[in-house]
Amino acid sequence: MTQPIICVEHLTFSYPDSRRALTDVNLAVHAGEKVAIVGPNGAGKSTLFLHLNGILSGQGRVEIAGLAPVDKALRTVRAKVGLVFQDPDDQLFSPTVLDDVAFGPLHLGCPPSEVRDRVARALAAVGMTGCEALMPHHMSLGERKRIAIATVLAMNSEVLVLDEPSAGLDPRARRNLLGLLKTLPQTMLVASHDMRLVWDLCPRTVILDGGRLVADGPTAELLRDAALMEQHGLESP
Amino acid sequence: MGHTFLDRYYRGTSLIHHLDPRLKLLATLAFILVASSTPPRAWPAFGLLAVLVLAAILASHIPPVEVLKRSLITLPFAGMIALSLPFTQGGQSVWTWRPFGWELTVTGEGLLLCGAVLAKAWLSVLAAALLLASTSLFDLLQAMRALHVPAVLISTMSFMYRYLFVLGEEAGRLQTARAARSAGPGGGLAWRTRVLGGMIGSLFIRSYERSERIYAAMLSRGFAGEIHSLARLAWQRRDSWAGLAWTTALLAIVLLAQFRRWV
Repeated sequence: MTQPIICVEHLTFSYPDSRRALTDVNLAVHAGEKVAIVGPNGAGKSTLFLHLNGILSGQGRVEIAGLAPVDKALRTVRAKVGLVFQDPDDQLFSPTVLDDVAFGPLHLGCPPSEVRDRVARALAAVGMTGCEALMPHHMSLGERKRIAIATVLAMNSEVLVLDEPSAGLDPRARRNLLGLLKTLPQTMLVASHDMRLVWDLCPRTVILDGGRLVADGPTAELLRDAALMEQHGLESP
Repeated sequence: MGHTFLDRYYRGTSLIHHLDPRLKLLATLAFILVASSTPPRAWPAFGLLAVLVLAAILASHIPPVEVLKRSLITLPFAGMIALSLPFTQGGQSVWTWRPFGWELTVTGEGLLLCGAVLAKAWLSVLAAALLLASTSLFDLLQAMRALHVPAVLISTMSFMYRYLFVLGEEAGRLQTARAARSAGPGGGLAWRTRVLGGMIGSLFIRSYERSERIYAAMLSRGFAGEIHSLARLAWQRRDSWAGLAWTTALLAIVLLAQFRRWV
């Protein structure tokens, strides 16, 4: 078996106000896998995500393609892991789409010509070609979500980590987004309350509750287990 | 205030819209410098400055009424200062009023100065309003960057502009939520003040939390303390010509104003 691209071992983390957020989490994800992380609000999904690129660091081991997100490897890891935040207004902080999509590659040190190239490819991948000059506050939520995904595609990330990608979208925008996510070949970690999205997109699911990883298995199996779902405040689709 | 008000005209296709933002910024600053250094009695110079800025407005194809409206917003500030001038300047008295034993004297010099201050302020604001209406804020920030305005100031303005609308919407939602739970005009002034205070507090906390998420998003994409952006300003030949024409016009007005002073 090859080395997993995401490797989390015995990860425990408490916030500075001593609130325990993660307890002994173990997770291994192989390249190309699409894994859903489900669990009630406050289960620690977002906290776990922030560990994957070294924004937070707890006790235990986190490695991305064999690299721990500390010191010199931090930049490499942040390029490998593309974090897409739940609210695109947090992700898109620049005045125009071009600047936002260019932000990642520019700060990773790419030369301007390559940056422009990557921006064009990332926008094409999310179906938003020609939107460079638009301003985020003129766009719909669905469009902003797409641009948010483009901002990490432009970094050529191998792992996409998406926090609630379908939250707040109307059915059509949700369907479009699902179609887009299905076409992307990257390894994906998706936190969601949208069980149908989980069902359609991710063959594997892990359940996080109270900061502990309580189940890990094929989506079809876990989601059909009504008792398990009920126990962790979830419901079967 | 929605973005339709702020961002309505910047995507025009006139010559003024196509000029390099660096030129537009410098031209506006030069205009304001000339307007504010024109001596009070040089009325023909003020007239020519007005003609110049009106010509620029017409060339931009933005409805002049729109620019005039925008220019009026800042006038109260200049007006407050200008209004006190007729009473505080020494000189020949033209009119005296004695309410309740006070003596208020309006002097000719004071009136002249008041008119000049109002004219300078208004001309300057007109030029600035045209600049803001015909240039996207983003281009303006790029121009400032090229003219060596400190990077911290530019990022601050950039974030402010980006989140102005997000904050505005959040405030709107809070207001709606409050309105939904209070029928009629609500309680007395004290109650309304308390509610408003709570709203401002919660808006502040939400913004603070958002700033932490934005910072995490920036770190995730390689931010390490300095913001880089793609340079994309390109100086064209028409920028040189427009700059030359504007400078010549301003110089002529300066000469006229100084000449008037000698007489």
